[in-house]
Amino acid sequence: MSERTLFEAPVEAILKPLPDEGEPTRRRFLFSGWHLVLLPLAVVMIVPLLWMLITSVETLNETRHFPPILVPHQIRWQNYTQVLRQAPFARWMLNTLIVTTLVVIGNLFFCSLAGYAFARFRFFGRDVVFLLVLATLMVPFQVIMIPTFLIVRKLGLIDTLWALVVPNLAGAFGIFLLRQFFRTLPIELEEAARIDGASRLGVLFKIVLPLSGPALATLAVVTFLWTWNDFLWPLITLYTPTHYTLQVGLTTFQGAHQTNTHLLMAANVMSMVPVLLLFFLAQRYFIRGIATTGLKG
Amino acid sequence: MAEVVFDGVTKVFPGETVALDDLTLEIADGEFMILVGPSGCGKTTALRCVAGLERPTRGTIRVGDRVVNDVTPRDRDVAMVFQNYALYPHMSVYRNLAFGLRQRRVPKAEIDRRVREISAMLGLDDLLRRRPAQLSGGQRQRVAMGRALVREPRAFLLDEPLSNLDAKLRVQMRAELKRLHARLGITTIYVTHDQTEAMTLGDRIAVMSNGRLQQLGAPQEVYDHPANLFVAGFIGSPPMNLVRGRAEGGRVVAGDLTFERSRIPDGEVAVGIRPEALSPSADGTPSFEFLVDVVEPLGDEVVVHGTTTGSTVETGAEEEEVPTQVEGARAPITARFDPGVRLAPGERLRLGVRPDRIHVFDLRTGAAIP
Ligand SMILES: Nc1ncnc2c1ncn2[C@@H]1O[C@H](COP(=O)(O)OP(=O)(O)O)[C@@H](O)[C@H]1O
Ligand SMILES: [Mg+2]
Repeated sequence: MSERTLFEAPVEAILKPLPDEGEPTRRRFLFSGWHLVLLPLAVVMIVPLLWMLITSVETLNETRHFPPILVPHQIRWQNYTQVLRQAPFARWMLNTLIVTTLVVIGNLFFCSLAGYAFARFRFFGRDVVFLLVLATLMVPFQVIMIPTFLIVRKLGLIDTLWALVVPNLAGAFGIFLLRQFFRTLPIELEEAARIDGASRLGVLFKIVLPLSGPALATLAVVTFLWTWNDFLWPLITLYTPTHYTLQVGLTTFQGAHQTNTHLLMAANVMSMVPVLLLFFLAQRYFIRGIATTGLKG
Repeated sequence: MAEVVFDGVTKVFPGETVALDDLTLEIADGEFMILVGPSGCGKTTALRCVAGLERPTRGTIRVGDRVVNDVTPRDRDVAMVFQNYALYPHMSVYRNLAFGLRQRRVPKAEIDRRVREISAMLGLDDLLRRRPAQLSGGQRQRVAMGRALVREPRAFLLDEPLSNLDAKLRVQMRAELKRLHARLGITTIYVTHDQTEAMTLGDRIAVMSNGRLQQLGAPQEVYDHPANLFVAGFIGSPPMNLVRGRAEGGRVVAGDLTFERSRIPDGEVAVGIRPEALSPSADGTPSFEFLVDVVEPLGDEVVVHGTTTGSTVETGAEEEEVPTQVEGARAPITARFDPGVRLAPGERLRLGVRPDRIHVFDLRTGAAIP
């Protein structure tokens, strides 16, 4: 245990041992054939991130050098302050946080309602409607982009943050995810609660949702990521620079004639901080979110 | 508290499963009624119809003076204990008990008083802060009952509440249930497939099969006078011995056994004798030959399995397909004797039975012939 190197520690902190696995530190580096695949893949994933970090502290000229300069002559933290001075970066961050928070809350709320109805209510055409909802998952965004734009414009929401929030308050994925999860809960709990005097909504909020933590967390994490990284929709609905979200704001560092690569990367690093924080806090829900594509019924 | 009345209740599930078939049954105010029958006979469905979790296809259900067919579970004011208890896993025992009262907006102080009262009654005082996962099976069972009783419901529905407990705990809880009922006097419908529970617990029992009511009456009455072959085969353990026979001119012959029965119509019959009605000596009573097969000394009695001449009768109440011992087409017979009776496998003797302890059923309709 004492000879633990710096590199082992975080790996073990992240990969909690399985219950039946013994002392984790005893099982040191065991080589498996998978490592031949996983290690190169890990490198492929991590190189762009490192490069971004390096670029974010270089000068503009260094970023244009070929071959790329991997060790900057001087670490220029000023790039970061310059980003904050040159563009309303904090404002964009705030906008993005507001939109993301509202969309996550909206999805948790509305997808719970719809998912519960599909899971437990008996009504005419339920299964057909559910299939239709699922089918919308296959419609590419580009197809509905213009109709959605027209609707949002009619609502008078263009160039406001509401344009990003309102159309995304609920989604087929969330409805599907929660419906599948709700159906795995023992129905007797809900029946007992109804006999105990709870209304249908009371059952949802007092019994079902408190037992759905993992599914709700997964939905929250996935929705957060989608919303945080959304680019095309904010790009076409927001015009005023102070209304931008981060992803749109980042493009302002890319001009038609010149790209301030060093500033762009510094801004990128800052825009990733909340996502990384969330990733470390809710890692298992990220993984579950990814694994949900093969959700059991 | 209130009476509960099934009036011609039929429940058909999608796919044409008839779970209840024209069930008519009145449960008096404060009565302890047992619904008993083999698994799949519609007992749970009957309870769920009363609770409002299923809607009868036909017929009406009344609780007190109100027809409740279209009343939501919430407004029926009945309580139910589920077979798997269905305790809310994310709530403490206290909150489980209080949940129903909180839904009904009972004042906080009153909730607290009633929760403490019921937990004292059921011995749950020390468990109030635990979660269901931290309770033993018996404790969960008590919490489930407490949760139902704390509301002082008009009717108390229990669906095989003891089936998940081990045998010892079951005997203990049986007595406790009886005590609780005597104390609270709540109209109770208790579903079980265990005929010992049925015999020991209820004021009356309703024997069901295939969604139909087979017989209704006090446990002893049902035991002593089964209305048909199904009830005869279902109530009693070990079950009643049944041998195929024939009635002719007031005389019944079944295998080796012959006895007189006045005013019996001629025809095919099933002759039924309870194991304890048999005695190992004939002394003047009707009798039949018996070949001992297995002897089970139980301490207070001895159960003897064997066979006699004749063929047995299916009642539809058999737990599962027992491979019939075909050996020269002999009928299986079980007898219960005093522990003093010593018999050995392979022994042959004549078993006697008093004529008034012999049941006769019409083999075609299954109905008892008085
Ligand atoms: N929701 C349902 N859908 C279809 N069939 C059902 C449903 N519930 C019960 N049944 C059927 O109805 C019959 C009676 O079931 P049940 O009342 O649960 O019997 P018991 O409680 O006596 O074992 C069974 O044949 C069962 O398969
Ligand atoms: Mg049942």
